[in-house]
Amino acid sequence: MRVALRGVMVLAIQLTAFGGPVAAPASAGEQSFELVQRGKALVDAGDCMACHTQDQNKPFAGGRRIETPFGTLYSPNITPDRETGIGAWSDEDFYRAMHQGIGPDGARLYPAFPYPYFTKMKHDDVLAIHAYLSTLQPISNPRSNNQLQWPLNHRVFMRGWDMLFFKPGTFAPRTDKSAEWNRGAYLVEGPGHCGACHTPKNFLGADKASEALDGGKLQNWYAPNITNDQHLGVGSWTADEITEYLKTGRNVHSGAAALMSEVVRDSTSKMSDSDLHAMAIYLKDINGKSGTPLPKADQPANDSGRTIYADSCSACHRSNGSGVSHMFPPLAKNANVQSSDPTTVIRVILQGARTAVTDSRPTASSMPSYDWKLSDNDVAAVATYVRNAWGNTAANVTANEVKSLRQHLEATTP
Amino acid sequence: MARKLPSVDVVLVGFGWTASMLAQELTDSGLKVLALERGTWRDTPTDFAVTFVQDELRYYYRKALFQEPAQETLTFRNSASERALPMRELGSFLPASGVGGAGVHWNGQYWRFLPSDFMAQSHNVERYGAGAIPDGMTVQDWGVTYDELEPYYDKFERLCGISGKAGNIKGSIQNGGNPFEGARARDYPNPPMQMTYGPTLFAEAARQIGHKPFACASANMSQPYTNPLGVTLGQCSYCGFCEKYGCGNYSKASPQTTILPVLMRKPNFELRTGSEVIRINHDKNSKRATSVTYVTEQGEEFEQPAEIVVMSAFILHNAHLLLTSGIGTPYDPQTGQGVIGKNYAYQIVSSVDVFFDDKIINPFIGAGALGMAIDEFNGDNFDHTGLGFIGGGYIALWNTNGRPIETHPVPEGTPKWGGKFKKAVAENYLKSATIATHGSVMSHRGNHLDLDPTYRDIHGRPLMRMTFDYTDNEHKMSDYLTDRATEIAKAMKPREFHAKKREGHYSIVPYQTTHNTGGAIMGSDPKSSALNRYLQSWDLHNLFVMGASAFPQNPGYNPTGTIGALTYWAADAIKNQYLKNPGPLVQA
Amino acid sequence: METFDVSRRKLLSAGLGLGSVVVSASTTTQARSIAGAVPWETDQASAPLDALAGASPPASFFTASERAFIDAAVSRLIPQDELGGGAKEAGVTAFLDRQLAGSYGKARTWYMQGPWSEGTLSQGNQSRLTPAQTYRAAIKAIDSYCQNTFSNKTFAKLAEGEQDEVLTHLENGKIELEGVKGKSFFEALLQNTLEGFLSDPIYGGNRDMIGWKLIGFPGTRYDYRDYVSKHGEKLALSPVGLKTNPQD
Repeated sequence: MRVALRGVMVLAIQLTAFGGPVAAPASAGEQSFELVQRGKALVDAGDCMACHTQDQNKPFAGGRRIETPFGTLYSPNITPDRETGIGAWSDEDFYRAMHQGIGPDGARLYPAFPYPYFTKMKHDDVLAIHAYLSTLQPISNPRSNNQLQWPLNHRVFMRGWDMLFFKPGTFAPRTDKSAEWNRGAYLVEGPGHCGACHTPKNFLGADKASEALDGGKLQNWYAPNITNDQHLGVGSWTADEITEYLKTGRNVHSGAAALMSEVVRDSTSKMSDSDLHAMAIYLKDINGKSGTPLPKADQPANDSGRTIYADSCSACHRSNGSGVSHMFPPLAKNANVQSSDPTTVIRVILQGARTAVTDSRPTASSMPSYDWKLSDNDVAAVATYVRNAWGNTAANVTANEVKSLRQHLEATTP
Repeated sequence: MARKLPSVDVVLVGFGWTASMLAQELTDSGLKVLALERGTWRDTPTDFAVTFVQDELRYYYRKALFQEPAQETLTFRNSASERALPMRELGSFLPASGVGGAGVHWNGQYWRFLPSDFMAQSHNVERYGAGAIPDGMTVQDWGVTYDELEPYYDKFERLCGISGKAGNIKGSIQNGGNPFEGARARDYPNPPMQMTYGPTLFAEAARQIGHKPFACASANMSQPYTNPLGVTLGQCSYCGFCEKYGCGNYSKASPQTTILPVLMRKPNFELRTGSEVIRINHDKNSKRATSVTYVTEQGEEFEQPAEIVVMSAFILHNAHLLLTSGIGTPYDPQTGQGVIGKNYAYQIVSSVDVFFDDKIINPFIGAGALGMAIDEFNGDNFDHTGLGFIGGGYIALWNTNGRPIETHPVPEGTPKWGGKFKKAVAENYLKSATIATHGSVMSHRGNHLDLDPTYRDIHGRPLMRMTFDYTDNEHKMSDYLTDRATEIAKAMKPREFHAKKREGHYSIVPYQTTHNTGGAIMGSDPKSSALNRYLQSWDLHNLFVMGASAFPQNPGYNPTGTIGALTYWAADAIKNQYLKNPGPLVQA
Repeated sequence: METFDVSRRKLLSAGLGLGSVVVSASTTTQARSIAGAVPWETDQASAPLDALAGASPPASFFTASERAFIDAAVSRLIPQDELGGGAKEAGVTAFLDRQLAGSYGKARTWYMQGPWSEGTLSQGNQSRLTPAQTYRAAIKAIDSYCQNTFSNKTFAKLAEGEQDEVLTHLENGKIELEGVKGKSFFEALLQNTLEGFLSDPIYGGNRDMIGWKLIGFPGTRYDYRDYVSKHGEKLALSPVGLKTNPQD
């Protein structure tokens, strides 16, 4: 991605790329190099790239189609283009958008833009982000019209939503917790906006605060529980393993796929190890709620699921569900597999998935699609099997659930 | 009119094993590398997934992964006294098309050649006298030695995670390995595969009669493995759909499973698929290749200039492209002059089926390189005095598959259809195995490649013409091996066995191996070879020709290991010598 | 064998016959520039055409009398007996029908340019006829021969012993047929019959996997690691195909 910089910054950035840090000569009206660098790190943490980029050759120029339960939105252009981007915004315009969810013209923003999380960000962090975005190549890309259901297509409706569900407020560090915990909390609850996917939503699309990070459904995927829950969350992962997962896309327990592989690619793999470890510490401190799972009541032996597994799955995931370290995730004791909502399990079986690829873990290990091969009953049987074999415990999957997801995928996949 | 494109540092013609390896090496040196592949992009989850790759009809009998003769083929005859006719369907050999080339559908059988193989001419003359090499047999020394290639064999083994047990580490013979091997610095990166019943019985019998069997070295992983590039392969699951099929669970070494995940991410590498190179353009004055001309599937023609041109399109296309591009002097079998197309060779194979009543073999539990072998009768590992041939081969019981259409041995004399046939198939399927011999083919004056006078390809170019037959040397040698294999078969105490010698003329019809070699051979003398010892063309110093086209004759082992070693050897020469001082690396 | 991306199955389920779907040569070979990453798109496996839900077989190739010939001939090649069903019971005729109507029948991947010459045995098939043309011509010629030789009865109407006799003569090249080589046809028929008896049931043959059950082949299983060390054991692994229900 080419970065066009203003004035003296060009020289400073280029020199820095080849050598150590260079103190940029300060000029009135120019941001410091350090500010821009901090902004970039926060943009990486915030994964702005993911939603605000539709065409990889036009980074941050918006236009990405975002499906919500309320209709389709298209992300805006946040390059400094004056006509079609945010080039005409002041620092305060930018802060108001991030902190209050209100645009420069006073119009409310939709929380598909996760301002309820970005509100927690410190004022100068937000300005650092603005400084970095201002250094990007301006790209002309006019905004596509959103297609939201009435009455949400009227932004004024968001006033009511904000009143009910949103309270602006910067993150307040906890004095009873370590600096590392606070840093992790700041990143997870602020720029990282993990809860935007991983927290369940009420019928109006707002976070269910009491179930923070317990898992959330979006775009026909289920983002799993990432609290320290032993059964359903990261309880069996160490903080180092969480760090490794975020950095490389893989650890001994799991591999990031689908939407999370994009998060790894565009965001967490670029963050520092210390920031990732801080996030891990924070997550490990969020108590799980599910307790020890009760063994399931006597069930008939899931013969067809077991057979399908042996025929179609064990070649990679092994007959004992152990997979291959950092390549084919283990299914035994896999929290994601045992999620209360089986959407991800079903979808991965139907459509396949590819584990995130990073420079340190480049193997593009992928699961093929089974939608043509297995009937709804077959998928339900094998999904139920993997959710309950090898000591796993989770609700059965029904053929109707599979059928329903197939229909949703047909309807939404272009 | 071909549209001329911006130049690149290196253009690779064809994108299989050798191209992938070279691209990885040369991009590491900072060069801008472009690969042109006439076939499609292919990768595990989309093209050889565990959900559908176990399909005998589609992949073997309808040949889904292979080159289509309608797109490209050659003409064939046994000798110059015949008229060559097109190979209209694939049979004897199965060239690939698409990313990864035959690296996708090989079995994964891995071997190093013997030190004496590289000196086939001088070694045999030294041991047996000038008469050992009959008139008309055109064997030559390679111009490179085993010892020079040893570190590069090692490098390829580590790339591929070869699973085996070395037989000779720094001169010390290792129990359980091949005692006849050339010395090597260290063992294979993975332990040998766990054996199934058939190879185990073979090994017991071979040991009984005094041979030293060993586990065949395998490119099917015996355990999960991460190679030096950071790419991970899974463990082979013995599915029995190896040769002719892509691997569904990343456990067979191929460009896709060992190199491409890293290579494809590099900013200085580009791949264009659906792009067939039809000519290498060159300038006789500067003795350089200047560009390649390629045609896309849509029929557009482009000229791609490059500083270095690498031919990595499989031996058959390498020779054809050199001939149709007018590079080098075409070989004339009458005079023995010229080099392009010279010393085409192949492999001679035979087998012995064994049938048991009391032992269930379960042949369907198989892997491409799963087997036990003996090497007592390969190369010059044994005294050939009085035998009337040179060369040899290994004898192995491979347990590659029990795919029913392909593999249903029946005893000698069984009718080929009807009730008795059906019963024989049913009774013997689970309880039979086959011992294979895999023999060398020496080069002969009349066995060569040139351009056909009659038949054309879709681009209007003459098809390549292959003139090839076995000679007395090959038949005697193969019969000798078959007899040795029969001795082992007997020692396995089967209910019966059926020795099937290789008889008569070489036929292009039944599948044998895809071990075609020669046509652009390496050597020390430009009068008798097309390439110098670095696989650099004697004619155009910026042209390098990879693959088994370089073999002056074909030893008694599968070729891929040596192709890998030669590729890394040539890559080193390009990086450390040619780039610093472009020009001929060897003075003729 | 036609293959295409699964995403195109929507066209099939929309009711278009296979004839209307544009399927390029082997796989889509559009010139493409690939750089920066290993390509990946979800749900793009090149599953076999014959396995896709709702894939209807191509329009029938055999006429009624050709079908009768094939039924009779394959029944002799792999007969029904005390071991179980034979080629006919396995659906080999239906298999052949689809193969000959498809790209195999049309010799799509073969080099079918002239000039045409009789070759040596080593030079392989040099017939200008596609498999579909070969079958059509051979069946007609053989029935003609049978009618001339056996009181006006076509092959299908002959007694089993007579049928075996005719097949044996074909196998040995002893019958001169009009326009086609009897021996080559016989070899192709036998080979295709084996294919039909032992290929995956999605192609129409090996019905209920009777071919695989006859010999003890466990089918498309992909992981035998738990069995590698069980030397000499009878494993009794029931066969599995690419689809649980090939008719789906």
